Amino acid sequence: MLEDSAAALAAPRPRGLGRRQWAGGAAAAEAVLVPAGALVLSLLLFGLFVACAGVDPLAVCRYMIEGSVGSWFAVQNTLTRAAPLLLTGLCTALPAQAGLMIIGGEGAFVIGGLSAAMAGVALHGAAAPVALAGMTAAGIVAGGLWVALAGALRHWRGVNETISSLLLNYIAIAILNQLVEGPFRDPDSLNKPSSPSIGYGHMIGTIPGTEIHWGLPVGIVVCLAAYVLIRHTTVGFATRIAGGNLRAARMVGLPIGRLVMLTCFLGGAAAGLAGMIELAAVQERASADLVTGYGYAGILVAFLARQNPLAMIPVAFLLGGIGASGGLLQRHLGLPDAATVVLQGIIFVMILASDAVYGRLPWFRRAETAG
Amino acid sequence: MNGGGLGWWIVPLAVLGGAVRVSTPFLFVSLGECITEKSGRINLGLEGTLVMGAMSGYAVSYLSGSPWLGVLAAGAVGTGMGLLHGAICSLKRVNDIAVGIALMLFGVGLADYLGKPFIQPAAPQLPSLALGWWASSPDVQNALKVNALFLIGVALAPLLVWAFRVTRWGLILRIVGESADAARALGYPVVPVRIIATCLGGFLAGIGGSFLSLYYPGAWSERISSGQGITAVALVIFARWNPKLCFYAALLFGGAGAFGPSLQAVGLHGGYYLFNAAPYILTLLIMVATCSPKRTLVGAPAELSITK
Amino acid sequence: MTGKTISRRRVLGSAAAIGAGAALGATLPFRSASAAATTVGFIYVGPHDDFGYNQAHAQGAAAVKKMAGVKVLEEENVPEDVAVTKTMESMIEQDGASLLFPTSFGYFDPYILREAPKFPKVRFEHCGGLWTPKDPKNIGSYFGYIFEAQHVNGIVAGFASKSGRLGFVAAKPIPQVLQNINAFTLGARLINPQATTRVIFTGDWSMPVKEAEATNSLIDGGVDVVTMHVDSPKVVVQTAAKRGAMVCGYHCSQAALAPQAYLTGAEWNWTELYPKFVTMWMKGEPIPNFYRGGFREGLIKQSPYGPKVSAAARQRADEVKAALTEGKYVIFKGPLTDNTGTVAVAAGQELIQSNATDAKLEEMHFLVEGVLGALPS
Repeated sequence: MLEDSAAALAAPRPRGLGRRQWAGGAAAAEAVLVPAGALVLSLLLFGLFVACAGVDPLAVCRYMIEGSVGSWFAVQNTLTRAAPLLLTGLCTALPAQAGLMIIGGEGAFVIGGLSAAMAGVALHGAAAPVALAGMTAAGIVAGGLWVALAGALRHWRGVNETISSLLLNYIAIAILNQLVEGPFRDPDSLNKPSSPSIGYGHMIGTIPGTEIHWGLPVGIVVCLAAYVLIRHTTVGFATRIAGGNLRAARMVGLPIGRLVMLTCFLGGAAAGLAGMIELAAVQERASADLVTGYGYAGILVAFLARQNPLAMIPVAFLLGGIGASGGLLQRHLGLPDAATVVLQGIIFVMILASDAVYGRLPWFRRAETAG
Repeated sequence: MNGGGLGWWIVPLAVLGGAVRVSTPFLFVSLGECITEKSGRINLGLEGTLVMGAMSGYAVSYLSGSPWLGVLAAGAVGTGMGLLHGAICSLKRVNDIAVGIALMLFGVGLADYLGKPFIQPAAPQLPSLALGWWASSPDVQNALKVNALFLIGVALAPLLVWAFRVTRWGLILRIVGESADAARALGYPVVPVRIIATCLGGFLAGIGGSFLSLYYPGAWSERISSGQGITAVALVIFARWNPKLCFYAALLFGGAGAFGPSLQAVGLHGGYYLFNAAPYILTLLIMVATCSPKRTLVGAPAELSITK
Repeated sequence: MTGKTISRRRVLGSAAAIGAGAALGATLPFRSASAAATTVGFIYVGPHDDFGYNQAHAQGAAAVKKMAGVKVLEEENVPEDVAVTKTMESMIEQDGASLLFPTSFGYFDPYILREAPKFPKVRFEHCGGLWTPKDPKNIGSYFGYIFEAQHVNGIVAGFASKSGRLGFVAAKPIPQVLQNINAFTLGARLINPQATTRVIFTGDWSMPVKEAEATNSLIDGGVDVVTMHVDSPKVVVQTAAKRGAMVCGYHCSQAALAPQAYLTGAEWNWTELYPKFVTMWMKGEPIPNFYRGGFREGLIKQSPYGPKVSAAARQRADEVKAALTEGKYVIFKGPLTDNTGTVAVAAGQELIQSNATDAKLEEMHFLVEGVLGALPS
């Protein structure tokens, strides 16, 4: 399969080399304005959608703004929801640089959280920094290996990674449930099967003065680091070549297998870290509650940000805001929570469709020739 | 230790019954996806299409009183979803796997949203045909109670094999899937063919969804699908795009889905989460066993993006 | 009625009794008698029209909506993670709610426990939780001994079943589910000492396909009466009815789904409790931190009998129900052996269902003799 003709090696997604790379004003403007336009169009469509349901679109707009940024509470709500998405989004964005389409963030999240819980329970008696370090390491390694498995299957067995990573999600959830109700169950947690607690003193705290836990700055830092890795290091460069043009990469002798495994491991590690943070900052014990859906939301974040870790930061805030306003929409307008899912779906579809628009809008072309 | 009327026979009986009962959505979705992928497009959004089909089939059946009308409506909705997928993917540089994921999300959300008023009411269900009339045991009889949709699916598989191989339409489809350039050279319109193929795939997937809500388990709720749409897509791959193998694989999956609960019914209680994950583990193992980077995807339409 | 219930409860140790009593009186947040509408928030873990658990709560909320001077907010599909803390805070801060009903068991630890100290003037009434005197005082925990109604289900099933084989589709093997399974079986064996109940655990609260498969497997095994403990019994009821088996309902009445096959059902009676709590809250009366009850306190009810319930069954069931309502009947009375042969309740011991703090009831981890199934160790 990998010896197909050059024509068949079209990259799935990463911008990679070429015209998009450090082009000047027009390309950068396009990269911001086109998605923004798609977003606006999505909101209009959503407004139409709710209008058909008999709900006033302007009221929806008002509540969405109020619920996401309308007060300090709302802002914190948005940021708290955005925090895990920054990391789980990397689980899709990083392998995408190598040309893989992984949707296994949920499984890596769950496995990461579970492993962190095991480490946390084992290190219950240790000092807090040691316990946290152990949990972090466990979450990162477990999540990384889980997704690396999908990458390995793709590279060495040709198994489609989208499907395999999705199947691994289901399998991870089954493992979590099996362990948390069986061997890993705290005997006192009868009515809600959970693991033993990692110890309240070992939890990740909140940023002083806010209700947001430290997972948010961690997520931002990791996204920035990922961006630097992809855009400014040799490894990142090599990965993007492999993702952009496999045949060229082989001709140049790049170690494709290693790059694939590396990006998959890093992506899974990020999601696993998110799982660990969820455990250590919010849940305190591993239970079926670890199946939060953040992994799937991360896929959306990655795609909307066009697999760019830097753009993932504002996108995560956007999605966090949508989620945060969902409560107000339910309570005051009677819009069921599925409405926010529909909105996310519309945005997703519009952003993908807007792919076709790049480089074809006359306005940008004029700007290019002029500037 | 089981106290059941049939003893250990419960397990194979349940697997057989499950193979018949639970496989129908897999069957329809995979056959539909077969058509779509033969044309060179992969539609991962079939999970969303399946759920939309289940919801709309149930709703129309409830509102009109006729379950078959519901099935048709489900097919129509599925066609619509397929059209959406095909149309978006026909834009340049749009990645069809990504669109599929988007439509999966969109379809499930839309179905949950529109389906809210239909969670409570009970819609008329599809009738079943008793194929087990010859058996003396009522449980064997029940296992062999099939729905007409299953029989349609069974007939559809060889029909598709024949259509792909012999008919002109099948040939056009395959050429478009093998090489878009060659198709264009021969004067066949690539984009419309792919869109039609995706619509057909959506149509069948919608019908598969209506089976879930109108026959088994026979109710609409927000968690009606447990990933059948997406595993059906995987099914197509390791069935090597051969509709007949899709049929056997669908039976296998249906049986695997029934395996977990039936083990508990005979008294095996440990590890039921893992048993319930059997279909997914099975899919993964089969994919690992049957794919290989060199030999892989023999029979794959060369235009399929996952082969690139 | 409140006084009678409090006096019936045994509190752990006399010191705790004194302490709790003082604490209850002193720290319970009292609402100022302002003229503004009271805002009450309901939080559901699933869809509110699921013909099951959440719908029962929504029916209670609907009863509250009819009250004057009360504004009701509802939010559904709120998962058991940080989202519920945000929902609760949002209801309090953005909508001014002063009384919250988070209705899913999993909301209690750690979410409600963490939020309650932040909002001392807000009352959190949690369904199912195990409030202990060391928890914040503005949390209340209520639950109904619905297993009493499952016991009556069992009696009716015992009469109705011809094969003597009963089936139970359960989500997870937690004590509240096991109480139901055991009570059902004990009821059936009162009528037919050879009756058995086979249990299948689906693993999660809402899995329609697995529930249908489980029901089919049970009936394949000769079961002719099925009951369940899942969030939405709809699928089990319809599947059983389609197979020609009889069914006992749960959470709320599913009789409309299978009028012929439905025998009776164990239902919640939140439509009585919620307006009561809201009224108490509005008047500034202390709501008990720990409130449980069965038939006697009106927290649960039995569905009307279906057409297949014989006169003898009705009579016996009514007798037991009356005895339960008078508080004269104990379901889990020793000696009780579990299905592995170990003694679960010793002779002379009783697990009194109106005693909220009886630890063994809340930590039940056995299946009585007659139940075919096993628990994870």
